[in-house]
Amino acid sequence: MRISRRILAGLATASLAVTATSCGGGGTSGSFDDTVTVGILHSLSGTMAISESTLVDTEKMAIEEINAAGGVTVGGKSYKIEYIVEDGASDWPTFAEKSKKLIDQDGVPVVFGGWTSASRKAMLPVYESKDAFLYYPIQYEAQECSNNIFYTGATPNQQSEPATDFMYKRSPAAGGDFFLVGSDYVFPRTSNTITKAQVKQLGGKVVGEDYLPLGNTEVAPIISKIKKALPEGGIIINTLNGDQNVAFFKQIQDAGITPSSGYYVMNYSIAEEEISTIGPEFLEGHYGAWNYMMSIDTPASKKFAASFKKRWGSDRVVADPQESAYNMVYLWKQAVEDAGTFDDNAVREALVGQKFDAPQGPVEVMPNHHLSQTVRIGEINAEGGFTILEETGVVLPQAWNQKHPSSKGFACDWTDPSKGEKYKL
Amino acid sequence: MELLLDSLFNGVAIGSVLLVAALGLAIVFGLMGVINLAHGELMMLGAYTTYVTQLIFKLPILKPFYNSYIIVSIFLAFIVSGVVGILLEKTIIRKLYGSPLETLLATWGVSLILQQFVRSVPLAYGTGLVLSLLIGLFLPSTFPSKIKESINFKYFKFSSWIFAALTGVLTGSVISSSVSKLSRASARNVDVTAPSWMRGQIEIIGTTFPKTRLMIIVITLISVIAITLFLNQSAWGMRIRAVTQNRQMSDCLGISTEKVDIITFGIGSGLAGVAGVAVSLLGSVGPNVGGNYIVGCFMVVVLGGVGNLLGTVLASFGIGIMTDLIGAGRLLSIWPDMPLPLSNTINFFATTSMARVMIFALIVIFLQFKPTGLFPQKGRMVEN
Repeated sequence: MRISRRILAGLATASLAVTATSCGGGGTSGSFDDTVTVGILHSLSGTMAISESTLVDTEKMAIEEINAAGGVTVGGKSYKIEYIVEDGASDWPTFAEKSKKLIDQDGVPVVFGGWTSASRKAMLPVYESKDAFLYYPIQYEAQECSNNIFYTGATPNQQSEPATDFMYKRSPAAGGDFFLVGSDYVFPRTSNTITKAQVKQLGGKVVGEDYLPLGNTEVAPIISKIKKALPEGGIIINTLNGDQNVAFFKQIQDAGITPSSGYYVMNYSIAEEEISTIGPEFLEGHYGAWNYMMSIDTPASKKFAASFKKRWGSDRVVADPQESAYNMVYLWKQAVEDAGTFDDNAVREALVGQKFDAPQGPVEVMPNHHLSQTVRIGEINAEGGFTILEETGVVLPQAWNQKHPSSKGFACDWTDPSKGEKYKL
Repeated sequence: MELLLDSLFNGVAIGSVLLVAALGLAIVFGLMGVINLAHGELMMLGAYTTYVTQLIFKLPILKPFYNSYIIVSIFLAFIVSGVVGILLEKTIIRKLYGSPLETLLATWGVSLILQQFVRSVPLAYGTGLVLSLLIGLFLPSTFPSKIKESINFKYFKFSSWIFAALTGVLTGSVISSSVSKLSRASARNVDVTAPSWMRGQIEIIGTTFPKTRLMIIVITLISVIAITLFLNQSAWGMRIRAVTQNRQMSDCLGISTEKVDIITFGIGSGLAGVAGVAVSLLGSVGPNVGGNYIVGCFMVVVLGGVGNLLGTVLASFGIGIMTDLIGAGRLLSIWPDMPLPLSNTINFFATTSMARVMIFALIVIFLQFKPTGLFPQKGRMVEN
């Protein structure tokens, strides 16, 4: 008797979800008045699939958590969140195309998506022309501030600037010269321009800079340049992308460029996921800078890691991009509930000022559509995680970097119509 | 002196990666005239073979021999890529001899299929499949000639394929149940870790050399010597050269050109597998690893002169030394107080990206004057 009632209840819920009719059910979790469908747009195939699929997993998990806690409540009605996952295929025009599909055909109120700056740049005009809203979860080079994008990853002043400061002042190589290595595309080049300006301000010296074309794994010339420029060791700032890190660390270790001989590498693109791919034996003793690290010892952080492992397997890890993706789903939910509607413009207004107790600690949405975040510097350990060495207070995001010559003195504020995307401070 | 030695070593190291990658292509493209765009993917298979061998050698039974897995994987990679290459020749390329454009498109398609294959098929079953191909292709030829000539040979062939398929499935499941990392398909790049005796560096006359680089140079040297001996000293090598020079005449004189084609293509593909082992020591192993090398391979073969091994060797070392010379800004360290405009120019090109631009530009200029490369071909391709 009891069992059959449960089955009936399940059937009722299922039919509700399918027909999307509202009939004022009870407020218990599992029964909803209506459904809302959101879009998830990441690469599930191609080069970027490895990284981006972890974001899809995290976003699904966040949505399931919200649903299990009663869904989104808008105007007194509870909505179950459903999602449509689209594949950006590591191909930037495809991201734009799929965005159009999600907005026009599926009519989703929000899209969670993107990883590379190239994919974001490809999607930006779509969201601006349709006045739709994209939530973008990756740490990036900034120098952009769209009214139609919400950026939950770190801007350079929330990652690279504190990291450079740490390397120059407090790392074992403090006071040493800098060598910058990166993949040849927009993020490393912008990030290094900022680093160069900052090192100059600090009174340090950048003795060399080199970029590896994407896909190239021949590091030998870079190694001889590093050895020539930093014969006694020094600081290396690394913004190489994905697989190129494997080649870089394998080859520099063989060439004797290691922490034990005085060379310390600070990495901006290596999180827990990448450490396990590259192998901790190559990375031990080098550094990383992120807002979230899996080793943060707080209940919120542990809960986040534990639920992810429970949902997707005990061998999985969580890292900074996933945490940003997790936060943005919750922030969207809060904003929608505050706005009392799914309408983009109202949600956008309600979004600014939203606070969330994220796994990294409290975050808040700023008027420039970026998040205030905590910055952490960690040393990579033999277990493949970070030993957290330093933690800043909450750092406010700068959409327009104050050290980059082209954007110095500018800021972004979408709450004030007279200021907008880029105004002079 | 130290500087010169360091620079020379770096150049040779970069060059030997290019050479080992291009050697197989020099045979396939150079001797046979087949534009094989799947060459990079045959390298990738070699790299994955290294990875699989590494994991299998971590099993308790083989653990004592772990340090030698890299040597074993060189031979296995040669066999794996060779078998796939032979299958490719038998099924696709054979039908397209003499139509370069179609070969180019077909092999490009094959390269996409192979990339997707390693993404979506668990490596354990991939290994099983290669093993069954090996058995299916070679078992019939080991039968006594009495059976081969009998009218029922096709049934023997058929049953050996069934045997091959069963062995493949069995091997696949055994590997997949004993090595969990190989039992799931994954698009994720994997990592080959060199055994401890190959990591670190050794010091020779005051300069330190990374051991993996030395290992790659050794692999390259052995491959070049072996292939030269094979082509110049063995009977099959002579037949290959004969067919290269004049196919019709060789055919008339009783050389089985069909067999020569298979062997040539198989060896070229096998060498790509060996190159895969070498590049797996430098970077990560992934579905796209071959694509990163293919342009360099064609560049080396074209520059060296199609169909000439010596040209390929010189071209790859030439490019290697130039890459180091330009990319690391060596001229500046040799002549530190050169006039400012000159040193600025050298600095501008002293990044990996710009060095590449410079080298391509130099090659284009060189080919303007010598369109057939360093050592122009004399033989069939010229006559046709």
